[in-house]
Amino acid sequence: MLEINHLRKTFGRLVAVDDVSFTLQRGQLLGLLGPNGAGKTTTVSMIAGIATPDSGHVLIAGRALSGDTDPAKRRIGLVPQDLALYEELTARDNLRFFGALYNLAGGALDRAIGAALELVELADRRNDRVKDFSGGMKRRLNLAAGLLHDPDILLLDEPTVGVDPQSRNAIFDNLEVLKGRGKALLYTTHYMEEAERLADRIVVIDHGRVIADDTLAGLQSRVAAAGSPPANLEAVFLTLTGRSLRD
Amino acid sequence: MPLRPLTAMVRKDLQLFFTDRRAVIMSFAVPIAIASFFGSIFSGPRGNAKPATIAVIVVDQDESTISQAVVAGLEQDRNLKVSRTAVDDARERVRRGRTSAAILIPKGFGDAAGLAFFSGQEKPALDVLFDPSHSMEVAMVRGILTAHVMQAVSAEMFGGRRGGELVDQTLAGLDSTSMPEDRRKLLRDLLGSVQTFYRQPDRSAGGTGLRGGLTMPYTVREEAMTAGTNVAYNGYAHSFAGMGIQFLLFAMANLGIEMLLERQRGLWKRLRSAPVSRLSLLAGKTVSGTIISLMTLSVSFGFAMIVFGVRIQGSLIGFLAVSTACALMAATFGLLVAAVGRTPASARGVTTLAVLMMVMLGGAWVPTFIFPAWLQQATLVVPARWAVDGLDAMTWRGIGVRGAIAPTLVLLGFAALFAGIASMRFRWEEA
Ligand SMILES: Nc1ncnc2c1ncn2[C@@H]1O[C@H](COP(=O)(O)OP(=O)(O)O)[C@@H](O)[C@H]1O
Ligand SMILES: [Mg+2]
Repeated sequence: MLEINHLRKTFGRLVAVDDVSFTLQRGQLLGLLGPNGAGKTTTVSMIAGIATPDSGHVLIAGRALSGDTDPAKRRIGLVPQDLALYEELTARDNLRFFGALYNLAGGALDRAIGAALELVELADRRNDRVKDFSGGMKRRLNLAAGLLHDPDILLLDEPTVGVDPQSRNAIFDNLEVLKGRGKALLYTTHYMEEAERLADRIVVIDHGRVIADDTLAGLQSRVAAAGSPPANLEAVFLTLTGRSLRD
Repeated sequence: MPLRPLTAMVRKDLQLFFTDRRAVIMSFAVPIAIASFFGSIFSGPRGNAKPATIAVIVVDQDESTISQAVVAGLEQDRNLKVSRTAVDDARERVRRGRTSAAILIPKGFGDAAGLAFFSGQEKPALDVLFDPSHSMEVAMVRGILTAHVMQAVSAEMFGGRRGGELVDQTLAGLDSTSMPEDRRKLLRDLLGSVQTFYRQPDRSAGGTGLRGGLTMPYTVREEAMTAGTNVAYNGYAHSFAGMGIQFLLFAMANLGIEMLLERQRGLWKRLRSAPVSRLSLLAGKTVSGTIISLMTLSVSFGFAMIVFGVRIQGSLIGFLAVSTACALMAATFGLLVAAVGRTPASARGVTTLAVLMMVMLGGAWVPTFIFPAWLQQATLVVPARWAVDGLDAMTWRGIGVRGAIAPTLVLLGFAALFAGIASMRFRWEEA
């Protein structure tokens, strides 16, 4: 479904993403795990077609995006790391706007909005302004906004930052549902337990480079083979990325 | 270009605009308030029907026939509002700005002026104290004063009792002047004729022209060149155009800053990840900006028409063309702000300054005809100048549709320039 090959992106002298490759299948959740500044968001932006790689390419169902208006963009749903919502508008007006960007209108738009709000359990708050929502509700709406046009691939950039445990669990449940529907999910995080709980496969990146691409069990056995005690993912992560502080 | 995303963007921007109470007040209420204020100042209390009178103080320390005649003349002048007081009080009132000017007629002025009238020697001084912030009015006072002094002195010299005595004195003093003998003789003959003239019995019956003194040999008929003889310069038409433009530029700068905020909040990532062209995204902003600008102008002018009787004396089509071009120019100015601005905060500071400079030089605060000539030329590079001039032409100047062509084209040119620079400089990458 999604294949990325040797992606590289620099900002001046800084190499933000350096030769990153991985693939993602239908019904699979891939955890892109890395500390702050590892290059996760930059990678997601290149996949979504909103940042141009210096080299390498992104294939969606075997084809590269051909431009801003490529219909293949409809197959991707982006859930940005920031709460990308209009605070002054109601939940429904936000979704109406984002849906219209994908040329949805009328009954189709209403149904899409209804289904997305139902999934994230915000149907009864549809006419409230986003600025009155709690952090967890905003995160859930942020997720719903990426689902409206029923994309095959969901790019979730740290979708649980700053939410209460209830909302976080609700989001996890949503993702399980979506996975069950055959969506391909790319999930970036620096929380080990999230990757542990959700991911079918884990790609660990640091300083823009892939340092591991394996299943959870595979990663654990690798670290064990290097002589550490039987490890949870946190230990694996620290072993792989080192203990120096990140910003 | 698919219409649905475009209309959705416009609808969303309008929704956001109307939920932002501050933006609405800044675009509708504030320009009306400020324009009403400026308009009332520049229109004067009753339009231009009656020229404003200037308050002056006259202190007559001489109290001679001549000085009293001067004071009487000033008091009757319809351009002045004369009050009398003592010297110290006069100085104090001018210094405090309560009155524009004070005229001090010193002791001995009348006789000295009479003696100087023919001989041209030892002219007495007349003191005018003035408030430097009213220098334009002081120039008028000087002109009016000249007329009344000439009239009073000449009337007395050609027919008054004291005038006769002064002519005698002048004759007596002639021998001691340094005048050449032949010219002295001519003047003596002239003054002799004057003496003979006013010693005639029943002088007034003949209705001699000099009895009333020398007067200005002309009067001025002034006609303000506006839409027609019945249409006065309307300070409100100008101030509402100026303030309308100032605040629609502010609104559009704000729209540009909102775009920077959209980027900062990650919203622009959503817009860019959707299958919408760059042209649609910029066009969407331009259309919503143009609509908001047109609403600002319509509300401003609507208010001015209903409350202050401003009329479109020129062409309605021309007015709509200038307004639309102006709105487009402002909307693309917003795009420019979004394209070259870095952070919302820094953009806000710079654009506020830019807008204020632009409208100040464009004549939105004070009309450009007050500017010195070089500045009137220089400000032709300021788009706001064309907007203000174009709207002035279509309202109180009452110029036909052809007068709208140049401002409309120039404003559209600026719009194209702004849009071009904006699309070249816009950051499309979202990392
Ligand atoms: N637009 C940009 N300009 C300059 N540097 C950037 C930009 N975006 C990201 N970076 C840098 O690239 C690196 C990777 O950033 P990012 O992809 O956001 O990391 P992550 O999402 O893993 O925290 C960081 O060092 C970040 O500072
Ligand atoms: Mg990130």
